[in-house]
Amino acid sequence: MKRILSLLNRVFLFYYEGFRSMSQWGRRVWLIILIKLFIMFAILKIFFFTDFLDKKYDSDKEKSEYVREQLIN
Amino acid sequence: MIENVDLSVVDWSRAQFALTAIYHWLFVPLTLGLSFILAIMETIYVRTGNEEWKRITRFWMTLFGINFAIGVATGIILEFEFGTNWSNYSWFVGDIFGAPLAVEGILAFFLESTFVAVMFFGWNKVSKKFHLVSTWLVAIGANLSALWILVANGWMQNPVGMTFNPEAARNEMVSFWAVLFNQVAVDKFLHTISSGFLLASMFVLSISCWFLLKKREALLAKRSILVAGIFGLLSSLMVAYTGDESARTIAKVQPVKFGAMEALYEGKDNAGLIAIGLLKDSDNSIGKTKEKEFIFKIEIPGLLSVLTGGNRDAYVPGIRDHVLGNQEKEILSVMEKREKGIFARNVLTDYQRADLFKDKEQVANIKEVFRSKEFNDEYFRYFGYATINSPEEVIPNVPIAFYSFHLMVILGFSFIMLFALSIHLLFKGTIEKNRWFLWIAFFALPLPYVASELGWILVEMGRQPWIIQDLMTVTKGVSNITSGSVITTFILFAVLFTVLLVSEISIMVKQIKIGPKH
Repeated sequence: MKRILSLLNRVFLFYYEGFRSMSQWGRRVWLIILIKLFIMFAILKIFFFTDFLDKKYDSDKEKSEYVREQLIN
Repeated sequence: MIENVDLSVVDWSRAQFALTAIYHWLFVPLTLGLSFILAIMETIYVRTGNEEWKRITRFWMTLFGINFAIGVATGIILEFEFGTNWSNYSWFVGDIFGAPLAVEGILAFFLESTFVAVMFFGWNKVSKKFHLVSTWLVAIGANLSALWILVANGWMQNPVGMTFNPEAARNEMVSFWAVLFNQVAVDKFLHTISSGFLLASMFVLSISCWFLLKKREALLAKRSILVAGIFGLLSSLMVAYTGDESARTIAKVQPVKFGAMEALYEGKDNAGLIAIGLLKDSDNSIGKTKEKEFIFKIEIPGLLSVLTGGNRDAYVPGIRDHVLGNQEKEILSVMEKREKGIFARNVLTDYQRADLFKDKEQVANIKEVFRSKEFNDEYFRYFGYATINSPEEVIPNVPIAFYSFHLMVILGFSFIMLFALSIHLLFKGTIEKNRWFLWIAFFALPLPYVASELGWILVEMGRQPWIIQDLMTVTKGVSNITSGSVITTFILFAVLFTVLLVSEISIMVKQIKIGPKH
């Protein structure tokens, strides 16, 4: 257990020091990544990209029936 | 029915997917190739202990990092679009798409993202060898990510290894290996990663030549040209070889696309390969679609027959053969395939009816029919043709297929010459004096991007009207949504991706101008 905690601590410090000593371009790129991910997942996915079948039907059976209908007609 | 679908939704959904895919593909190939170039450079550093190689590796790693970070997750938007705009398609493909993408997420992406941190943060913190292994694992992980996406795309071009379950209304994988080793997927993977290697090599070559033009960083530039020139030459030869293999496979599994690539309407023996050509509308038509003819062409006699059939006497079917049929060559017409597709659709209708009336025996019987090899080979493989109303609907846009293919090939051969010349001048010791070469190599930077995008345009536009070859048309795959919502997100994406691209270019240009750390 102690060895695992020590390993986790080392991994944490590795990332922590890596981020702390990051260059200017690195910080700018991370800012872009965070803004991009926020736009994609908190805005686009929630407000513009709801799953069409999930929104319309609750069960897989209903979804299957709908798609089968679409395939036949 | 096609008449019930708002065609503007289809067009806008296609345009949106194309926009997203094209932008996404501006980021991906550099990651695929530059990761291996970094691994090669770092290997030289570890083996020689020469600190200059470490400096070189770290400089290119900076540019890799910018591209990797800005491009990361842009592909997820394509998955958003599947669920929203292409719901029928997404449901119909079932786990065929889900399985490869899940493997990608768990295995390749995890591998790649974990070791990227070691690559960037691990200099002087982990041993040289562990760092090197991490760099190689990032390269392998990035390329494995591409494998799974391309396996999924390969299935859309050549659906294999599945059966259709009428109860779930979706395809179910019966052979993972058939999906993984689908000939289209194998060709596509090898061709795509090698084109990524080529593109990254050109990236390194072009920027190195810019340093030489500016009389800066001569040692870094020459050593980078050494790696990029050799890696680029090998990659461009591999691109040519795998491209040839891909074309042969297309001739077998997507023959109408192949006919469009060569603008070959009439099948013939001793068919020539068009090296360069210009098209115009001809007086002939197939249905309501005007055929194209050449205003001008340079043709290599017999070569198309040799490449596709192994000898000059081999018959190469044209678009007309595949659309109108050719009894002598045992090629079914579109209308014959339509009959088979309608038969398969009727069986599905029977299932629907049996399910409605809770006729369990009939339901079980029809399920068995869908599992039978004979039904799949004879009828279900033409399922999508049931929605085709006139034969010419299966002809893609011939000029787009023809020009994108030929321009890509011309560029591909010019890259071979450019890389060979770079190595020749480097070993001769005259590369700095030949400023004309440095300028050409510098301005060649966007060309592999153009070639790479043309490749995708050919793949996706040449497949039309199919979203899944012979099984589902794009019109059938689209969701019943309004075009207004698609237009809104189209504009949002155009803005978002343009901002990302401009950011990437500006940060990269700044870092290139700063140059490597001393």
